Amino acid sequence: MDPRQQLAMLEIPGRRGSFVERLKAMEFFPLCATGVEVLQLNITRRCNLTCRHCHVEASPDRQEMMLEEIITECIRIAQMFEIDTIDVTGGAPELHPQLPRLLRELAATKKRIIVRTNLAILTEGACQSFPQIYRELGVEIVGSLPDYTSERTDRQRGSGTFARCITAMSLLNKIGYGREGTGLILNLMHNPPGAFMPGNQTSLEHEYKRQLLERFGVEFNGLFVLTNCPIGRYLDYLISSDNLNDYMTILASAFNPKAVFNVMCRNTLSVGWDGRLYDCDFNQMLGLKVNDGSPTHIREFDLKRLSRRQITVRNHCFACCAGAGSSCQGVLDT
Amino acid sequence: MSEPYYKPEDLADFPNIGEHSPELGASFFDYYGKATGAGKLTEREKALIALTVATVRHCPYCIDAYTNKCLSLGVGNDEMMEAIHVGAAMVAGDTLAHATQVRKITRKKEM
Repeated sequence: MDPRQQLAMLEIPGRRGSFVERLKAMEFFPLCATGVEVLQLNITRRCNLTCRHCHVEASPDRQEMMLEEIITECIRIAQMFEIDTIDVTGGAPELHPQLPRLLRELAATKKRIIVRTNLAILTEGACQSFPQIYRELGVEIVGSLPDYTSERTDRQRGSGTFARCITAMSLLNKIGYGREGTGLILNLMHNPPGAFMPGNQTSLEHEYKRQLLERFGVEFNGLFVLTNCPIGRYLDYLISSDNLNDYMTILASAFNPKAVFNVMCRNTLSVGWDGRLYDCDFNQMLGLKVNDGSPTHIREFDLKRLSRRQITVRNHCFACCAGAGSSCQGVLDT
Repeated sequence: MSEPYYKPEDLADFPNIGEHSPELGASFFDYYGKATGAGKLTEREKALIALTVATVRHCPYCIDAYTNKCLSLGVGNDEMMEAIHVGAAMVAGDTLAHATQVRKITRKKEM
């Protein structure tokens, strides 16, 4: 669905008001950035999987790949500026032929480097070399695993995916990832396999750890829970299952003003495959570039101006501000 | 036919029940939060207890809220059904246990 059509679908039922109206009511509009502490690079929309919840609508057929010159520019920005964390995402980042070069050059900056992987890809062909590359470069891994049961994970991500994720976790554990005392971080990302909000992060982490260790003998460091953003393929699911109205009601009812203060777009900048700049990966998929007045391309990167930019918000932003709040690093500190 | 009494959107008004009695409302929500939050029992175990009570008490609001909460906490359909059967067994047992009262009276009254 066209991004404009997607945004038009996200009406808030009843009299709760739009996201902008809620920010205005708390005298916090416009929402402004507080800095650029995380540079998130979406280097490809290609993926080996076609998950039903994917806001990127990634699939094996997608062609978008970050150009070599844009990757070089991102590395230059990482080298030049005091940005704490470089967060590499996709699609499946492992499908980008330049990922090893990107990671090697970023590792030389001694910054925190995160790669978001779907795990299953680490069991496929040439991608099986990535765990060792990640280990060698001290990359922090965030692996997507929507659920600790094969039934619920495979319903969302395709038949047989869960088993491959467990195989990948086992391989990562063998080289030290997710094991206490190694310093090699393997965090998991949970997102609800249905039209409901995620549960308490601590409760879910406890259950994930217990179930995965007892049933499969695999370990991980921490669990991040993420509320599904009602865009992309997840929006299609909400519409086709007649859940959109209920879901938007749930998000708007659970609006938590405290979460707004710590929402990830305030300290994150998202870079698209073509070098365009966005406030977050969700806005990137909706084509909502950073606000007018801020540099809109990585070639024009200006840390001072981008650190003070106004964030572009629409009703999909309720997903990050509902309940305990939600981000690429899990619940927000509220 | 008029509208049904129970509508899903009514649940959104639940936080406002303290409007005309704010102190008691606040006391209730404080108690409710503490009673249903994690303690010696996990939040997950308490959600299953709450779901069981909700079905036994036939409360559509609570069934909606706690089915969603169970889903959110990764509780499986099989686990929810197992818990509901505990409730069903308790209701059946509760009914049948009262047969003892009937039996006591009939024993006394009949020749």
